[in-house]
Amino acid sequence: MEELLKVFDKNALIVGFLAVGLLAYFSDLFSKKVLNGRIPGSAIAIFLGLVLGYVGGVFTGGDKGLSDIPIFRGVGVLGGSMFRDFAIVATALGASFLLIKKSGVLGLISLIFGILIFFISGVAMAWLWGYRDAVSLATIGAGACTYIVGPVTGAALGASSEVIALSIAAGVVKTIAVTIFTPILAEKISLNDAGSAMAFGGIMGTSSGVAAGLAATDPKLVPYGAVTATFYTGLGCLLCPSLLYYLIEILL
Amino acid sequence: MLIYGVALLSFSYLLGQWLGELLGKLIGINSNVGGVGFAMIILMLLKELFERKGWWKHEMISGIDFWNKMYIPVVIAMAASLNVKAAISSGNLAIVAGIIPVILAFAFFPFLMRAFKHN
Repeated sequence: MEELLKVFDKNALIVGFLAVGLLAYFSDLFSKKVLNGRIPGSAIAIFLGLVLGYVGGVFTGGDKGLSDIPIFRGVGVLGGSMFRDFAIVATALGASFLLIKKSGVLGLISLIFGILIFFISGVAMAWLWGYRDAVSLATIGAGACTYIVGPVTGAALGASSEVIALSIAAGVVKTIAVTIFTPILAEKISLNDAGSAMAFGGIMGTSSGVAAGLAATDPKLVPYGAVTATFYTGLGCLLCPSLLYYLIEILL
Repeated sequence: MLIYGVALLSFSYLLGQWLGELLGKLIGINSNVGGVGFAMIILMLLKELFERKGWWKHEMISGIDFWNKMYIPVVIAMAASLNVKAAISSGNLAIVAGIIPVILAFAFFPFLMRAFKHN
């Protein structure tokens, strides 16, 4: 046993491949045999991933979900930003440059609306919860955009660490919500072609959530959603601590 | 050769990320702006160039296609590495501020699409 653990420890990424492969296999089996394919196996696997992330957090008290358990360290490497971005770029293989160019303007408009919707409604929630200072309001509103925009804004404005932590949590909740709601609501909002996927990526913004949600809906849409979503965090980091923060200060 | 495809993907990735960092610095924020998007566009342009030159060979494609298909497993691993517990247990505001805007955005999405199609 000790020897096996040693092998696992030395080869974390390989263990990650095996663990994710097994999870995908059982999710697919469950999808086919129990649900008659009504929910795709990849959607179940992503959801189970979130559940395991929760379990990992409960067991270890760490902040990286399942990958804080030593033998599953490799899952964190495989799911880290390097492999995530690398694989997203590879999805461009199946995308058409012409279609992206055609919907470029729509993508840009949706990015701006996306930032505004999330920031304003995030600020409104914080207001309802009793926050009245512009710095906390802007930080929580930024957190509603993504879990990166939140702390970047909070740090720039000098928000308290408690508010920054809250903004990160709101951003992670957003990622999870987009992941779960996208495959459920895709048909209702006619999210079914390259143009709508680009607009969707711009509105929702969270690269991880959009990518995971579209993967569970229709993998062909992933590159189109990703190509706009990738600009969202940067645009949010630009607008939230500056223009949008000043707007709040003026309104108060 | 398979590695040519992987190398082409890596080249696009690194160049795109670099552009993203430069753009972030240019507009004065400490964050990568659109690095992944730039990388995707670079890869698509290179694909067109290679096709025209007749260099776009099956084995090369399969080196990129492997990572294209690894995308969903990577997303599963990413979901399992999120700080789900903290997100759920850090109070009602985090949950409300995380979920309500998403619902609003879903409600707004069809209006945006309709408005855009009219124009």
